[in-house]
Amino acid sequence: MNVLDVENLTVEFPTRRGVLRALDHVSFSIAPGEVLGVVGESGAGKSLTGAAIIGLLEPPGRIGGGQVLLQGHRIDDLPYEKMRRIRGKQIGAIFQDPLTTLNPLYSVGRQLIETMQTHLPLSNADARLRAVRWLEDVGIPAAKQRIDAYPHEFSGGMRQRVVIALALCAEPRLVIADEPTTALDVSIQAQVIALLRRLTQERGLSVMLITHDMGVIAEAADRIAVMYAGRVVEIGGVAEVVRHPSHPYTVGLMGSIPVLDARVERLRQIEGAMPRLNAMPPGCPFNPRCPRTFDRCRDERPELMPARQTAAACWLYA
Amino acid sequence: MFAFIVSRVLQAVPVVLVVGLIAYAMFAFVGDPVTIMLGTDYTEAQRVALVKQLGLDQPFFVQYAKFMWAALHGEFGISYRLARPVTDLLAERMPATLELALTASVFALLIGVPMGVYTGIYRTAFSSRVFMIFSLIGVSLPTFLIGILLILVFSVWLQVLPSFGRGDVVRFPHWSTGFLTTGGLKALILPAVTLGLFQMTLIMRLVRAEMLEVLRSDYIKFARARGLGTRAINFGHALRNTLVPVITIAGLQIGGIIAFSIVTETVFQWPGMGLLFVQSVQVADVPVMAAYLVMISVLFVLINLVVDLLYYAVDPRLRVVR
Repeated sequence: MNVLDVENLTVEFPTRRGVLRALDHVSFSIAPGEVLGVVGESGAGKSLTGAAIIGLLEPPGRIGGGQVLLQGHRIDDLPYEKMRRIRGKQIGAIFQDPLTTLNPLYSVGRQLIETMQTHLPLSNADARLRAVRWLEDVGIPAAKQRIDAYPHEFSGGMRQRVVIALALCAEPRLVIADEPTTALDVSIQAQVIALLRRLTQERGLSVMLITHDMGVIAEAADRIAVMYAGRVVEIGGVAEVVRHPSHPYTVGLMGSIPVLDARVERLRQIEGAMPRLNAMPPGCPFNPRCPRTFDRCRDERPELMPARQTAAACWLYA
Repeated sequence: MFAFIVSRVLQAVPVVLVVGLIAYAMFAFVGDPVTIMLGTDYTEAQRVALVKQLGLDQPFFVQYAKFMWAALHGEFGISYRLARPVTDLLAERMPATLELALTASVFALLIGVPMGVYTGIYRTAFSSRVFMIFSLIGVSLPTFLIGILLILVFSVWLQVLPSFGRGDVVRFPHWSTGFLTTGGLKALILPAVTLGLFQMTLIMRLVRAEMLEVLRSDYIKFARARGLGTRAINFGHALRNTLVPVITIAGLQIGGIIAFSIVTETVFQWPGMGLLFVQSVQVADVPVMAAYLVMISVLFVLINLVVDLLYYAVDPRLRVVR
């Protein structure tokens, strides 16, 4: 059984000028121990998908349709208090900026202990012991002394390690990592990804890794979902999507990654910009920017369909 | 820690000296106490004698230095108006003002902070909007008007609370209190509400604004994502992060409550230091006015010291290694 199944998930924002659909029938699943990379440009709906899964959409955003299943049980319609017990305990979350995700007024130890004791029946002494072990496990040197240090006494990379410990300390089955390395130094990024990969593999955790860094995805993910304008436009194994992309958007995305040893005049890019939510074109949302648009793209919306080695939402493969 | 307190106290010395100077200068040059004390019928010899007796014939800075030196020893001179030591006058009046200010501050904080938290968390609820509208009245109506309206409603129409004075007071050697009798407590209600209402609504609006800001922050989202309980998030994580600015403003406001209880004390004829100050202004009673201002400046310095220490307790980032 899959750890996570997202089926036709739709997220809407009611506004004065009508309802905007920010996620449109998004579907994917994550198997036990699998790392699913979710890529796409800013505003494609990657983070929103993560927020919708853990039930923390910012009002007025709301789930307008579809469902989210965690190990076969529906969780998108749970009342707040039940969902709260799932957050942290069954789904851990890692956020982008470690400088702002830790409460500045509490020591890292206190934050770890508080999180563990919320979900696990632990005495204060046991929780503290475990907190030290977690800090050691995520590679904080001198964890015994550092447990009472405050977030501002750690560097950015160290803080993200603490955030990872906080996300994993109540032993969830699934981790949603929303751009976990974007705010970090390049040299630190690789370390943090390696750490995340090691910890999740050791425990057999599933990961939804949201990023726009293709390098991170290629290194860490088993499968990739490519999102565009609130939809999944292509999904497949990491090697297949990176080397043999089917959807013209994915092709453009992969083509725009600069290659170090080739000298070029201009970096390649996809012309135009992603459509705004209130000006979504009919048919395929990528059709105004697509180099291979034809009539059907402007009239009918494509669903995910088998396309060579992956699945793509594109009429070229109908 | 100790060094921090000492350095703060040392920094306060020039502040108090300057406030004393300004107070003394201001009052020494406005109004002439001699003519007021002598009335309309006096001889030149009587005037000169009185000027000499009050020390007003000496250069200004000598007068100021004498004043501050005596003040250092707890002597603020003799009131021109009442011909009694200023220290005794202030000591007599202080309990009334401090009890009033304490009650008003407790009222402002105990109601302002929870209401700020409530309106911050349930910002779209109907009750929150009602509170916000009422708080507008609190911040915009002048104190004397609120006092008069309260007197009209509770003393004149409903006749449940006294409109002036301290009521029954229990006297101790150095203190007199209205906290121990029903009459004293009843008399305290209207002035305390009048005095604290502005501060209460200000603190409420401040806490609300800070809560709205903090509740949007990443660490609150992360706390939610870790499944922490609502109470732990709202009070443990959010409220504590709003405290630094709230402590700053609350500290200044409490200083203000004590210093500027003048209006409220006048409206309610409350026998405190504010009323003494107003009566002294009318006859240019320089020693009383100067002493009052120096005392208030010391009070502000003390409050600021406490505020600094509270920052230190609340926010680990401010615990700079010195």
